[in-house]
Amino acid sequence: MKEVYEVRMHGRAGQGAKSGSQLLAEAAFREGKYIQSFPEYGSERRGAPTVSYTKIADQVLRSHEPIVNPDVVMVLDFGIMRSIPVAAGLPDTGILIVNTKVCSAEIKKLAQFNGTLYGVDATGISLELLGMDTPNVPMLGALVKLTGIVKMESLEAVLREHFLPKIGEEKVQKNISMLRKGYQEVFK
Amino acid sequence: MGVRKAITGAEAAAEAMRQINPDVVVAYPITPQTPIVEQFAKYVADGIVDTEMVPVESEHSAMSATVGAEAAGARAMSATSSQGLALMWEIVAATPGLRLPVVISLVNRALSAPINIHCDHSDVMGVTTLGWIQIFSENAQEVYENLLLAIRVAEDTRVQLPAMVNQDGFITSHAVEPVEIFDDALVRKFVGVRSLNRALLDVEHPKSVGPLVLPDYYFEFKRAQEQAMSKVFEVYREVGTELSAITGKQYPFFETYRTDDAEAVVVVLNSAAGTAKVAVDAVRAQGKKVGMLKPILFRPFPYSEVRDALRHVPVVGILDRSMDFGAYAPVYSEFRNALWELDKKPATQSYIYGLGGRDIMTTEIEAVFEELLSGNLDPEHQRYIGLRG
Amino acid sequence: MSERKTWQEVELGVELPAATSLGYKTGGWRVLRPVWNASECIHCMICVGYCPDMAIPVVKSEEGVTGKGGRVFKGAVRLETNLNYCKGCGICAHECPSKCLSMVREEEAEQASCKL
Repeated sequence: MKEVYEVRMHGRAGQGAKSGSQLLAEAAFREGKYIQSFPEYGSERRGAPTVSYTKIADQVLRSHEPIVNPDVVMVLDFGIMRSIPVAAGLPDTGILIVNTKVCSAEIKKLAQFNGTLYGVDATGISLELLGMDTPNVPMLGALVKLTGIVKMESLEAVLREHFLPKIGEEKVQKNISMLRKGYQEVFK
Repeated sequence: MGVRKAITGAEAAAEAMRQINPDVVVAYPITPQTPIVEQFAKYVADGIVDTEMVPVESEHSAMSATVGAEAAGARAMSATSSQGLALMWEIVAATPGLRLPVVISLVNRALSAPINIHCDHSDVMGVTTLGWIQIFSENAQEVYENLLLAIRVAEDTRVQLPAMVNQDGFITSHAVEPVEIFDDALVRKFVGVRSLNRALLDVEHPKSVGPLVLPDYYFEFKRAQEQAMSKVFEVYREVGTELSAITGKQYPFFETYRTDDAEAVVVVLNSAAGTAKVAVDAVRAQGKKVGMLKPILFRPFPYSEVRDALRHVPVVGILDRSMDFGAYAPVYSEFRNALWELDKKPATQSYIYGLGGRDIMTTEIEAVFEELLSGNLDPEHQRYIGLRG
Repeated sequence: MSERKTWQEVELGVELPAATSLGYKTGGWRVLRPVWNASECIHCMICVGYCPDMAIPVVKSEEGVTGKGGRVFKGAVRLETNLNYCKGCGICAHECPSKCLSMVREEEAEQASCKL
């Protein structure tokens, strides 16, 4: 692992990019890593493009600069690629994960990315299992499958810790199923 | 040993307030301060603290009610940011004169106009002359510890002045970082309870607070206030030593990072100091001797200690996250003043960065070091980092 | 005037003793003095209620005092105006229904009391 592992999430306000990056950070924190997770705030309205960052390291993270050259970029909203250069700073060796039903050369072109594109139907999984579109959790499952940056157990524990008091056991179970399905169904 | 949690700077402030368990908290929401009071309100609602929580209709009222509660004998706290502090200004100015040790969390944010909710230091630098103790925090951990420190320094009988603990808006307030929360019992013993020997609500000893004082006395009261401020240094050291026993950390007036043999040093407040440390390491890796100084206690300002720390450094770059239009920037001014007494003065250069939340990158600070070492300086004019044009 | 305090001596945060108005004798401002003719007074308490300085003392009298027409008034009765606090505004004289108060120039009232 490089000194600081960096993940950038693009989405629209309300899709959970901020909580997604926070869940990832807390899972790593559980595993004894040093972490930073912070969102970039624009205008605070539902639907506005959002960016959120997670840094994971074995040493104390002192710098407070945003992520410029991420290891992974996650795109929670397909349409956002039409207006935001999501792959900016992502090296060709990096990983781009998009919330999509299909992967194609056209999508890579849209994302302006030359490396390997991965897809996961996070919206489909989320609608099927939860009945609402919260793509962040299945996307995290896909991330774990592709990178192993945190363990599934850590993410599941964090999901439970965060959401049990808010949404109850049944929905926590559904979220965990979404996480696992994202893990299983990520494709090239 | 404490508990390590992954929390934001705002939550770290709320954790400190939970352990301080103030009698009264009065606040009005303003982003990015809101989550501090939001989290603390949960503690109140859940009965975790005994605090009387007072929601009010404006920041002016928030500070007024905080001052009123403190005068009554309560330990009262508040939190605000930017325009909120601006609206409080009248009462912020009155608090130190009343010698009331109110402690507030200030989440640093730009002032309008243009409207901007993001981090810079324009809010706090607008109140440096009012007589509050001002402490700055690099990260969420320091926010937490500085609040514990502040309450004891402010309330000490030698001081009895209000204090504000600063953190960077969003960059610190909304970033999740690991924070070690120390043992509740130890911290509560450390913060203790506020002495009631000056309580207004003491029916045995009725008195009036805040009366009119004419030209024959006003000056004497203000001089006494200055004396109290000068006592902050020794109290800060003592309280810091006491807090060290719990945390195992040191509480200096400012932090120096690799300055001992440094040929160039940058001075920078709050979260950018962390970024600057990374830049220092990167430049040192190229064999260049550079360092960083991070002011922590900004009011009172430790002139002689700063002078001693920098007297051997050939060139110092001072980075300000606010401007004083038509004058030297506030942090730059303090450091120029501090260095003035030296026969052999370090060269200085003023830089403005990060206004309205503009990011500051390690590479930009590395470039500052390059410039400082190159000798290409213009101490009469400030330079701008990350500005177009 | 007493020695003024130095900056080292001033109270913390300008805190002063409360209830200090008793020591502030505003009677010195007075130009006109309300002279009370007790033998015309009906102890109706109207002057007491109107006095903005609470300068008219009231006591409870069991044995009673003699007022208008030689009548004895018992219970709450007024006494001589407390000239330490009376500013001489004249409201009492204006409101008195039995005209037992008259406003007299301070120097004349002083002479009259000296003659006594």
